[in-house]
Amino acid sequence: MTLTISGLTVSIGGAEILRGVDLEVGAGRVHGLAGESGSGKTVTGLAVLGLLPHGSRTAGRIELEGRDLLAMPAKRLNAVRGAEIAMVFQDPATSLHPMVTVGVQLTEHMRHHLGVGRKEARDRAVGLLAKVRIPSPGTAVDRYPHQFSGGMRQRIAIAVALACEPKVLIADEPTTALDVTVQAGILRLLRGLCDDLGLAVLLVTHDLGVMSAVADEVSVMKDGLVVETGPRGQVLTEPRHAYTRVLLESLPGDGPKLPQEER
Amino acid sequence: MTLLTIDDLVVEHRTPGRPLVRAVAGASLTVAAGEVVGLVGESGCGKSTLARAVCGLHPAAAGTITVGGHPVSPLGLRSRSRALTGAQMVFQDPYASLNPRRRVGAQIADGLRTAGDRTTTPEDLLERVGLPRDFAGRFPHEFSGGQRQRIAIARALAVRPSLLIGDEPISALDASAQSHVARLMRDLAVESGAGLLFISHDLSVVRLIADRIAVMYLGRIVETGPTAEVWADPRHPYTRALLGAIPHPDGRGVLPAELPGDVPDPADPPSGCRFHPRCPLVMDVCRDREPEFGPVACWLHEPA
Ligand SMILES: Nc1ncnc2c1ncn2[C@@H]1O[C@H](COP(=O)(O)OP(=O)(O)OP(=O)(O)O)[C@@H](O)[C@H]1O
Ligand code: SF4
Ligand SMILES: [Mg+2]
Repeated sequence: MTLTISGLTVSIGGAEILRGVDLEVGAGRVHGLAGESGSGKTVTGLAVLGLLPHGSRTAGRIELEGRDLLAMPAKRLNAVRGAEIAMVFQDPATSLHPMVTVGVQLTEHMRHHLGVGRKEARDRAVGLLAKVRIPSPGTAVDRYPHQFSGGMRQRIAIAVALACEPKVLIADEPTTALDVTVQAGILRLLRGLCDDLGLAVLLVTHDLGVMSAVADEVSVMKDGLVVETGPRGQVLTEPRHAYTRVLLESLPGDGPKLPQEER
Repeated sequence: MTLLTIDDLVVEHRTPGRPLVRAVAGASLTVAAGEVVGLVGESGCGKSTLARAVCGLHPAAAGTITVGGHPVSPLGLRSRSRALTGAQMVFQDPYASLNPRRRVGAQIADGLRTAGDRTTTPEDLLERVGLPRDFAGRFPHEFSGGQRQRIAIARALAVRPSLLIGDEPISALDASAQSHVARLMRDLAVESGAGLLFISHDLSVVRLIADRIAVMYLGRIVETGPTAEVWADPRHPYTRALLGAIPHPDGRGVLPAELPGDVPDPADPPSGCRFHPRCPLVMDVCRDREPEFGPVACWLHEPA
């Protein structure tokens, strides 16, 4: 399923945050979005999810397979959001409820959206936890978020986002809080979901290494506008826009050469 | 001068109805004055537990910790308060170090009073962390995450600690503020002659600010060395896996290598070398005997 954003403008409290954003995320593609703090990356993701603050004003189009999400009545949008679009944020506390077991959080929407029974939902929940590499998934499913370390909580948040087999995933700095070893697994997982299930991923990240590893296309935002879009290799190694060059130079993301070259 | 010496430290967590977790299981580490040591390792390996023990917030089950020559002991109240001024901690969540109901200037003033400092003002400290002097009259909620973390750093510095500990001080911050705050902590610690123990899972930032790096795995320090050396030539198989998992911004679409196997349960650590079930170079000796030496705790790197 293709997500197409065109001419998107968003004003919050009178301030124009997005000034005509154009972006396309194809099925089975990862579109990386870079840009400094305040450039509008997160607001772009929230607009797709219909989660902008009350009183925000939007114009332009956000199309999912020909349906304009911005023109959709709230009720239908909610249904689309629950079943077809999911999200993952930097801080897992944003997506996980502290008082509810992991299993319940994984299965509550699953049973509604996928129409599976209690037993199958639980099996799927255990499978998802195994997929995001939670040790002893069979017992982890009955525990609460606070009983896991920070890194594990983010893996659980990703499992929750994937529970209803969404078509579009908005991932805002999803691995920024994770260990690189866990990150490697999550990046492989995301890439695999795109390749195998045709998931379309909009990936917001400041980490150019992450961008380079999984993104097919890369866009760079500045002051509410996309200033450069192109294939990963081109944007990261031969950026056309002067601002992209400045941004690439200012961000950390340089890694060691030795261990990987040896493999 | 060595400021912090941790020798064969063991720290245990007891939760009723659950097996005892030996979160720190014989770890040794030093931090010198003016030195920045980066402590890295997977989530759950015991980094925070070690840091909290250094601040006297967890008792040591075995081994010793000294800060500025004084033993840290959470039992005696006197030595604890001394240890607390010796080591100051900046947490991941700045709210953990700041009181939301008090003006930030008053909170910084508390620290100055503890240190018996009558010449420095809270405004001076705000300036040192790169904030306007008039922020002193405001409350923590009036600031962004990055600003709050700078305030927490100012508060920690007010006590004039000989050792500053940052436990993931940048990981809750906006990505673009992370390396700024990390560099600030480094500069301020080094300037004041204090040591800095910087815990972070962000290896690119650790590489940027640490003089030395200590790699922790399941409660033990498995490799230490100058940052540039470890980076250029990681020796412990776990360090190699860790650094090998960092993706490169070369635009080639190479997925980073994954470390096979599950993160082990610290309540039931593997026998012998704790890394052996995940180690690509495992030998027979690794399953039976724990490599209890440094700077690389691995049978392939046993000192002669
Ligand atoms: N208060 C506690 N009670 C019981 N177990 C605990 C407690 N705090 C930590 N643990 C356990 O001790 C081990 C080490 O935890 P610790 O928080 O020190 O790890 P960490 O390296 O700081 O991880 P992270 O990178 O996720 O912050 C983990 O298995 C954890 O579950
Ligand atoms: S001691 Fe053996 S198992 Fe442990 S890291 Fe070295 S080679 Fe691997
Ligand atoms: Mg920790």
